[in-house]
Amino acid sequence: MGQPDVIIIGAGPAGVRAAEALVGAGLRPTIIDEGRRAGGQIYRRQPENFRRPYGELYGTEAGRAKALHDGFDALAGRVDYRPETLVWNIADRHVWTAAGGRQQALPFDALLLCTGATDRLMPVKGWDLAGTYSLGGAQVALKAQACAIGRRVAFVGTGPLLYLVAAQYVKAGAGVAAVLDTSPFAARVAALPKLLAQPGVLRDGVALTLALKRAGVALHAGVEPLEVLGDADAGVTGLRFRDGRGRERAIGADAVALGYHLRPETQLADLARCAFAFEPKTRQWLPERDGDGRSSVPGVYLAGDGARILGARSAEATGRLAALAVLADLGLPVDAGELADLRRQVAGYARFAEGLAEAFPWPAAQAGKLPDETVLCRCENVTAGDLRRTVREAGAKEANRAKAFSRVGMGRCQGRYCGQAAAEVVAAEAGVPVEQVGRLRGQAPVKPLPIAIEEDAP
Amino acid sequence: MSGHQPPSDVLVIGGGLMGTSAALFLRQRGVSVTLLESDLVGRQASGTNFGNVRRQGRPIGQLPLANRAIEIWRNANALLGSDVEYLQSGHIRVCYRERPEMADKMEAYAAEARHAGLELELLSGNALRARFPFLGPEVMAGSYSALDGHANPRLVAPAFARAAIRAGAVVHENTKVTAAAKVGDDFEVATADGRTFRATVLLVTAGAWGPLLSAQFGEPVPLVARGPNMSVTEPVPYAIAPAVGVMTPVEEETVYFRQVARGNIVLGGSTRGPAYPDLVRSYVLPQNTLSQLRQLRRLAPALGKLNIIRVWSGIEGYLPDSLPVMGPSARVSGLYYAFGFSGSGFQIGPGVGATMAELIATGSTAIPIDAYRVDRFPAAA
Repeated sequence: MGQPDVIIIGAGPAGVRAAEALVGAGLRPTIIDEGRRAGGQIYRRQPENFRRPYGELYGTEAGRAKALHDGFDALAGRVDYRPETLVWNIADRHVWTAAGGRQQALPFDALLLCTGATDRLMPVKGWDLAGTYSLGGAQVALKAQACAIGRRVAFVGTGPLLYLVAAQYVKAGAGVAAVLDTSPFAARVAALPKLLAQPGVLRDGVALTLALKRAGVALHAGVEPLEVLGDADAGVTGLRFRDGRGRERAIGADAVALGYHLRPETQLADLARCAFAFEPKTRQWLPERDGDGRSSVPGVYLAGDGARILGARSAEATGRLAALAVLADLGLPVDAGELADLRRQVAGYARFAEGLAEAFPWPAAQAGKLPDETVLCRCENVTAGDLRRTVREAGAKEANRAKAFSRVGMGRCQGRYCGQAAAEVVAAEAGVPVEQVGRLRGQAPVKPLPIAIEEDAP
Repeated sequence: MSGHQPPSDVLVIGGGLMGTSAALFLRQRGVSVTLLESDLVGRQASGTNFGNVRRQGRPIGQLPLANRAIEIWRNANALLGSDVEYLQSGHIRVCYRERPEMADKMEAYAAEARHAGLELELLSGNALRARFPFLGPEVMAGSYSALDGHANPRLVAPAFARAAIRAGAVVHENTKVTAAAKVGDDFEVATADGRTFRATVLLVTAGAWGPLLSAQFGEPVPLVARGPNMSVTEPVPYAIAPAVGVMTPVEEETVYFRQVARGNIVLGGSTRGPAYPDLVRSYVLPQNTLSQLRQLRRLAPALGKLNIIRVWSGIEGYLPDSLPVMGPSARVSGLYYAFGFSGSGFQIGPGVGATMAELIATGSTAIPIDAYRVDRFPAAA
């Protein structure tokens, strides 16, 4: 028998650690990366000709970033690494890839989905004005290209990334207008026992907050964003919000970074026909998996934030754990002690992640309050009012039905950015629980596929 | 949710375009109607097809039905109280240089169609490219139908269902039929949730699921379920008015496209994918998407600059001769069928509903439907 075909999609912390474990067992996995260089999002590498040191780029995570990059570089020659390659479909035990205008289908015996996360977004009136970015986008601009999204940036949303990116902007010398967190401060205090599962990460988080305060940045908790101010010519000029005491206020800003923690990138799991289940704490649908990362589909494994948001450190552990599950299922030896140790680590990360979800909750109630004129789906230009009318007049109370009638989530992002908020708008308007609204079915291509794509001979 | 439901004159099983439009037109004739839909109305073949409101290319004998439908399409927004995005913007069929015999067939078809009330304009490749510059150099000739067009299939059957409800029909969604039988003079239909529905007339408009019901009345139909292969591009400025398709005997070459007013270009054809009615699932195979794109580049090379952003499919019912089962049962009085439209039911759909309503309410119709008899298939060996 020849070597089994093992494919890893994603080269962030989960994908790299999974590849290491597979190479360690004598396999030669294929790693497919949408990025130009391995590292993923949190440990994204700068372009080859940039020379910023690790400490400047990754702060407290510099050591981990360097270890991951070095770990990947050490695999050279022992993995089939394919950067700048999109997996646009999964079917019939093949992944269908597009790179450089060419398509190729690769067979697999085992497939590890390490697809990572993107920003979880709740719309706000005016968020379609030029100058509004996702928090992750604001960070990528800085990390990859040493650019800020504005001279005076308002950071709006919730979650640890809100403070991290704001602090990175301050450190880089960009102006930060304010940090506006929708979570009440009391929620963070209440979540402390669970957050203590990762005392080091908690300490780093507190240090970020203190650094922002020292820099004179206004920090508000318990806010309700009301409107991104501006117009089509000028773009963003400010932000209107209600503060924690219920007072309406406005600040000036030329850019807004918006994000409410993260959501897993689950479209490939969907195309691989993995079963999903609703997770009530974060109000999201997640692919089902066992403790080691096996999905409901034999031969398909899930790891890292693409399966469930547990953070980068956990992704290194779940990536390795899923690789060990692959090896065990292929009948190769696995160290029982290492398995037990990884499972214990992941349990600790899971407790911390639960604390984060409680400290920085998804502001579901905002969806019901969005003014009708708020653009909800930016790809298809569908407003909250359009969607509510679909619910009221056409009786669409299910996510895919609402999409069919209103076009919400039908555009080029396929609902990755608006889908969760749209489900909340439907739930609020129909008066049903959000899990009853369901989730948008994923469809190929995961990202736009050129009509001019050329095919390699099979 | 159990027990006997109030009886109605007609019970319709299947809430696609055929069933919902029949329900509306039956109500307009004063007939009481209950419609049962196992999922949500218009979700499979009726809601996932290409959206061609196309008469040309249909069998000549089907044109009276298609002409009846086109009158309904023209007034659809007023009839339904809802915009179904119908654009009467023309339809072109083209053929390729390597199949010149198709041009002869086009010419013969146009002559016959004229007698059946469908006016077609025949154009040479160069004349076509002058008018529709997006067509590629392989296009040899074409046939233009100015009074055909396209509409949004996702909206049409649900709009018919809402109009039928406003007109007094009772529509039960998420109601799966488990058994149907004639008991005395009435039909009795049992549903999975334990209810029983009665009516003096039963109309089966259940698409790919139709044979499950016809078989219960001793009328098996050799239907095969398949899924259309659809894609859509990102929106680009609106510039292409007509729907465009290829006339060819080779299935892989049968690609077609249209641009919606919002700007996206919808593509269909080339091949069909697997569909599983029992699982209510259908899939677009990646290789079918690729063959569709390859064929589209032949038909309209300039579209090669765009991307597709999404593909989809649904469950359609195909019969061996590509014609539907439509008309009365050959065995059971009061039983009617309209299913198995073989991937070409969208344009004629409202005409099918109107014709079935007429047939049920008056006992006859002037529209020729004899070719669609349920007993035309040789008995299974």
